[in-house]
Amino acid sequence: MSEAIVQVRDLKKSYGDVEALRGVSFEIAEGEVFGLLGPNGAGKTTTIEILEGMRLADGGTATVSGLDPQKGGPQFKRTVGAVLQSTSLPDKLRVEEALSLFAQLYGSRADRISLLRRFGLEEKRHAFYGKLSGGQKQRLAIALALVHQPRVVFLDEPTAGLDPQVRREIYDIIEELRKDKKTVLLTTHYIEEAERLCDRVAIVDHGKVIALGTPRELKQRSAGTTRIEVTLAKPIETTELRALEGVADCRALDGRTVLHSTRPPQTIVALVKHLEAHGNELQSLEIATPSLEDVFIEMTGRRLRE
Amino acid sequence: MTLFRLRLATRNRAFLVFGIIIPLAFLFLFAAVFAKKGGPAVAYVLASILAMSVMGSFWGLSQQLVIFREQGILRRFRLAPLGAGTMLVSGIISNLILMMPGLAAEIAAARWVLHMNSWGNLLSVFVLSGLGAVTFATLGLVVASVANSMMETQVINQLLWLSFLLLSGVAIPLPALPVWLQKVALYLPATYLVTGLERALIQFASLQHLGAEIASLAGSAILAFFVCQQIFRWEPEEKMPRQAKLWVAAALIPFLLLGAWETKQGGRLSEARSIFQNTFSERPAQKAPVAPPAERP
Repeated sequence: MSEAIVQVRDLKKSYGDVEALRGVSFEIAEGEVFGLLGPNGAGKTTTIEILEGMRLADGGTATVSGLDPQKGGPQFKRTVGAVLQSTSLPDKLRVEEALSLFAQLYGSRADRISLLRRFGLEEKRHAFYGKLSGGQKQRLAIALALVHQPRVVFLDEPTAGLDPQVRREIYDIIEELRKDKKTVLLTTHYIEEAERLCDRVAIVDHGKVIALGTPRELKQRSAGTTRIEVTLAKPIETTELRALEGVADCRALDGRTVLHSTRPPQTIVALVKHLEAHGNELQSLEIATPSLEDVFIEMTGRRLRE
Repeated sequence: MTLFRLRLATRNRAFLVFGIIIPLAFLFLFAAVFAKKGGPAVAYVLASILAMSVMGSFWGLSQQLVIFREQGILRRFRLAPLGAGTMLVSGIISNLILMMPGLAAEIAAARWVLHMNSWGNLLSVFVLSGLGAVTFATLGLVVASVANSMMETQVINQLLWLSFLLLSGVAIPLPALPVWLQKVALYLPATYLVTGLERALIQFASLQHLGAEIASLAGSAILAFFVCQQIFRWEPEEKMPRQAKLWVAAALIPFLLLGAWETKQGGRLSEARSIFQNTFSERPAQKAPVAPPAERP
């Protein structure tokens, strides 16, 4: 890997008695789209805000393009662009005015018209910010993050709260950034987002990185297995089902039973026979190829989204 | 940033109402009650109304800063290569620019509609008003930096605003207050604005004869701005460091020193009484020792 443009080493941060980060470490190469995937409260936003210079870490180091986010000053701010998880602009500010304002603040001569066109906001250039939809506001936020052509872009939950159609529009924008070889750090709790958009993903839970790799590498932890989720009429001990043909792992999660099988058809037949023999009933069954959620379940025993 | 602030303000209908319509309404109301015969009494009333308009800077900027912070707008600006100083200065300058049309309208209305007998020393009036706008804007920004919510800001603003309004000669002429309250007024920055405007409009006082007023307002503005920069918060969760509270206390020192000095000197209150009596009495009042007479047109 070429020299890392973002380096995070043993980052620690506490809010009172709560340890938000307990030694997070990772590196991002230039031109890479890197994801931080984890449930709410895992430490993703705290990590990204330390890298943006918005928060001060209690321990460890973080550098972006060789600069300390706290001490880098205007040079650091011109190097990075960011879309914050929660932010806003004045309702009475027009879209084009917002772009002009931020371009001026960064001393950028970016072509506002082409930015508006690129993010599908050309028709809304004279609209007030307060009249934009959620998706339009998010597209504007991304446009503002890119107005000064930064080297590194931070996107904190860019599709949170958006409907699926709009989410896909944002995915298209991020995929364009990838094609442009922009370095992107993206935080998300959507598995599909991490799997689709990221070159590498760090799975974060309770302030620590519990797994790191490409989506394919991570899914190979459950390699050769298929996830079978079943709902049963009566509860059952998972040890009983682990003995069934082809079953590599079996856990109870949220009232459902999740099996990982190397031979799904044989496992299903064996499961039905076992349930019949013990007077139990199969109420529902879902089959899926392994996903990053399976990696998370395997490592933590919990779902990513609870 | 200043242009951005100007655009936002002019798109808010409240700007027209609170910046121009309400002050004009108060001018006509006060004049109808206290200056029916026109002449110098109108100038006296105008001084109070101009001071009230200028002091409006106190409310406007402080509320805007708190709203920006609570809504996460300041967070976004924090990412840009933009310091707290630039945020503060852009607000103060835009407020100053927005205030001028209202002040001009009030002076014109007093002269042409209410038959004020002269323009007074317009240069002194505009310089004092401008300086007053900057001072009260920065004082409002100090309140906004200290307060943790809009509700807290409004409570603090109300308390300070009422004391300025009632004790500085704006709503009630200074000489009409009990003597002990007049002495309290000497510790308030608004008092120097009101008495300075009275001298500029009625006595045609030039800038060189308004040194104490200009110095007190300018000194307060500079110190308040410095304090604002030290305690500026970009986010609602940011806690004000303990030493910042000491900075806020330090901002009060000039008023305490000036108030103590003026109490000892006694000149300001006696001059205010003289102006009041000369303006409203049918018999000429006894002249109190005052500063040398200013130029007349």
